[in-house]
Formats: sequence, C-alpha cells, structure tokens
Amino acid sequence: MLELPLSEADARSLRVGETVYLSGEIITARDRAHARILERVALGERLPDHFYGAAVFHCGPIVAGSDGNWLVMAAGPTTSSRMDAVQAPVIEALGLRAVIGKGGMSADVGKTMESVGCVYLAATGGAAVTLAESVNHVIGVDWADLGMAEAVWRFRVSRFGPLIVAMDAHGNSLYADVERGLK
Amino acid sequence: MRIAVPEPIEQVVANLLRLANTKLPMDVGWALEAAAGWERNPVATTQLGCIMDNVKKAEFMGRPMCQDTGTPVFFVSGRFDHTIAESIRKGVAIATSSIPLRPNAVDPLTRENTGDNVGVGFPSIHYEPSDGDLRIDLLVKGAGSENMTRLAMLNPSGGRKAVEDFVYGAVVSARGNPCPPTVVGVGIGGTADDCVRMSKEALAVPLDADNPDGELAGMEESLFVRLNSSGLGPMGLGGDTTVLGVRIKKAHCHTASLPVAVSLGCWATRRASATIDGDGVATYGQGGSF
Ligand code: SF4
Repeated sequence: MLELPLSEADARSLRVGETVYLSGEIITARDRAHARILERVALGERLPDHFYGAAVFHCGPIVAGSDGNWLVMAAGPTTSSRMDAVQAPVIEALGLRAVIGKGGMSADVGKTMESVGCVYLAATGGAAVTLAESVNHVIGVDWADLGMAEAVWRFRVSRFGPLIVAMDAHGNSLYADVERGLK
Repeated sequence: MRIAVPEPIEQVVANLLRLANTKLPMDVGWALEAAAGWERNPVATTQLGCIMDNVKKAEFMGRPMCQDTGTPVFFVSGRFDHTIAESIRKGVAIATSSIPLRPNAVDPLTRENTGDNVGVGFPSIHYEPSDGDLRIDLLVKGAGSENMTRLAMLNPSGGRKAVEDFVYGAVVSARGNPCPPTVVGVGIGGTADDCVRMSKEALAVPLDADNPDGELAGMEESLFVRLNSSGLGPMGLGGDTTVLGVRIKKAHCHTASLPVAVSLGCWATRRASATIDGDGVATYGQGGSF
C-alpha cells in the first residue's frame, strides 16, 4: 500500500514485479491531454499544481452525473504505447512519479523514468469496475472541453489496484524480461 | 432466460447487449477459474484474480465489465426479412443510452463520433438465412483485441505446420495488447474476406463445445498447449496462461491458396444469443453447456 503523492525516494524504492495498491490522488490523461500539456509547457505556462509530481493514469473513464456529483462507472487502463512519443517530455516537464496503464511503454520512456525517478505501474486491462470501485470521490475535472474520455479527471482513490511495477526507476522492465523468456 | 411475452426485435437486441456486457459467458468464466488453478506465476495469479473480481462485481452491479463496450457484431440466421438490419440498429441505439454503452462509432477519417454506436456498416451484421427460427448471435468486440487481427495468404506447401506457426506468431506478437488470456479464433481457407469472417465466427463458439472435425480439434489442442507454454501470460506480464481456448473453422479454398486468419477475443469475450419463435417470444443464452 502506497500513499500518494510519491516522493522521488518512494518511486526509486520500487522494484519490477512488486504488487502495489495506491491511496490518495491520481489524475487521468490520454492522448489529447498529453498533447495539451506539452503545448502549454512550450508556451511557458504554469499548469495546475496537482499536475506536478503526479501519478498519471492512462484512462478514459465512463463518469455519470454532473459537476460536484460525479460517479465513476468504469475506469480501466487504456493502451499506454499510444503515448510513447509524448510521455518522456511530459514526465520531465511535470516530474511525474508514476504512470499507470496497460501494455507497457518504450525503452526511451524507461530511460526518462530512470533519470527522473518515476515508475510504470501495470493495471489489469479491462478491470474497469474493480478499479472504478476504488475511486472514492472525484475531486474535479480539468480540460472538460476535451470530452469525457480525454479530460483530466482528479480521482481520490483508496486501495487502487492491484498494480504491478512493470518498469522501475532502475532501468528494469518486466516486459523486456518476458520478451527474453518467450519461446 | 425466457421472457414469455413477444418482444420487438429492437428490445431483444438491447437485452442481448445488456446480457453480453454485464455477464461473462459461463464457459469463459470457468476457463478463467481453471487457469487460476494451474497458474504458477504470482504476477499472473494477481491478474487473473483481479479479472475474476471484476467480472463478479460487474454482474452483481449490472455494469459493463469493461469500459470499452466495443463494436457489436451480429450474426443473424434462420427466417428474417429486409427489416432486420434497421431493428438491430435501433436496438443498439437504445442500449447505448439505457445501459449505457460507450459511443465508439466514428468516421474513419474525420474521427467524428455518431454518438449512438450506429453508423455506416456499424454495428457489423452478418446474415445466414435458413428455414429455422430466427436466431441472433451477438459478439462484443473490443478494439484492443480487434486491432491485433491478422490475415496471411500462406504458401499451400507449408501445410498444417505453417498454419500453426502463423497462429502462434499472431498471438505472441500481440503481446499484452489484446488483454490476454485470449480466446483465439482461427479461420482456414475460403477467400481472404471469408477467412477473416470465419475467424470471428469461431469466437462465438463456446469453449466447451467439441470441434466436430477431428483434425481441427487436434490443432486446437496442440495450439492451446503450445501457446500456454509461451511464457507471455496474462496482460503480457509473464505466466502460464496466455490463452483460454482455441477455436478453428475451415472452408474450401482455391488450389493455389492457403488463407489463415486470426481474430483474438480478450479475456472479456462477451457474447449472447437469442432464438425468437414464430410468436415473437425470445429465449436467451450465452453458449456453453454449463
Ligand atoms: S481488449 Fe477487451 S478487456 Fe481489454 S480493454 Fe479492450 S475490450 Fe476491455
């Protein structure tokens, strides 16, 4: 069980293959949110405080209700490799400590994680109801103009997981290990 | 399940979508339980446990088990007329707002979303008229697995070995993307398009139904063992459980061709069917003999 936000030391203490659960605040971001983060950073803009040092979840949730009265119906991970090209600069710009998704990310992203002190946590693909159940509360939403799936949602979670440390901050990757062992 | 009053086809279709999205077919559920029993890798055991927990919660709460409620693929057989497509499309639109389902239908180039899961050629509908009662089979196909579909026009001299090697490569090279453990649907023969269609039809065959063709049954068995020895594991994170089953269909093909197609069904291989009798009364099922 890990309390968010993670410090750099917390992130570096994790090792590939470990199972963790998160409690605290996470934010969602998919393709378009990543693109917008980079646009704003390039213009020298300051983003909302909760973006910095965050745990970012690659997820386009199904959220019912309206402002202040949200209910997260489904919140499974989406395929992370779609963000491969933009993830490294986002990790650097925001000092992210954890990226949560499915399927893993490129070796380049792994290198950035190593230098910044960030981990990749694999959520179980399709486990949308189990993960949604551990969202206690929606704190708010940024960039709602991007639509429900692409907006940046702030979730307060408890016992969010199980998540597998699949890429750690020491250059190890469970995906690379599995790859080497394939018959 | 049987509701002994006549229902309009669009209502039957909406019921099928609710059933398929919220309740995993029993044979797929049992295959997951069996896998959890033999799995030795602790990370894999965690993944299978999380999947089964999710399936139970979804059924209990009546919610879609995955946020990607996919492309609905319908197979219509028996007696029907020209109005069937419109009824199915209406049913999909009703289910999209009432369950709700995620609106997934977009224009391929502008990416504009139609908002109700109905568009040109969406949902996908296949027809096979016959003299029996009307039957509608639904397969809910997520994009993570659909994107890993493979077709090869092999050299006929490669024979059975080349076919098995291609299927093996298609599953393993998909890595974690189709949310393994997967159900592997294989089509062999036909034309290129028929071959892909057969591979998808194969996903609608329950895992506990015996393949009537002895040679295909043997190939299913040997691919099942070989794929589960690959080491890929649930979500591509390693383990003994890469596939839940292999289902193969074949058709005659041109003497100079050997088409092979692979469609993957994610662990959430969602299906449901309804047989509608002459009075318009539907009987629902999800395949499997349990
Ligand atoms: S591949 Fe299947 S289980 Fe995985 S996210 Fe897509 S629909 Fe859900």
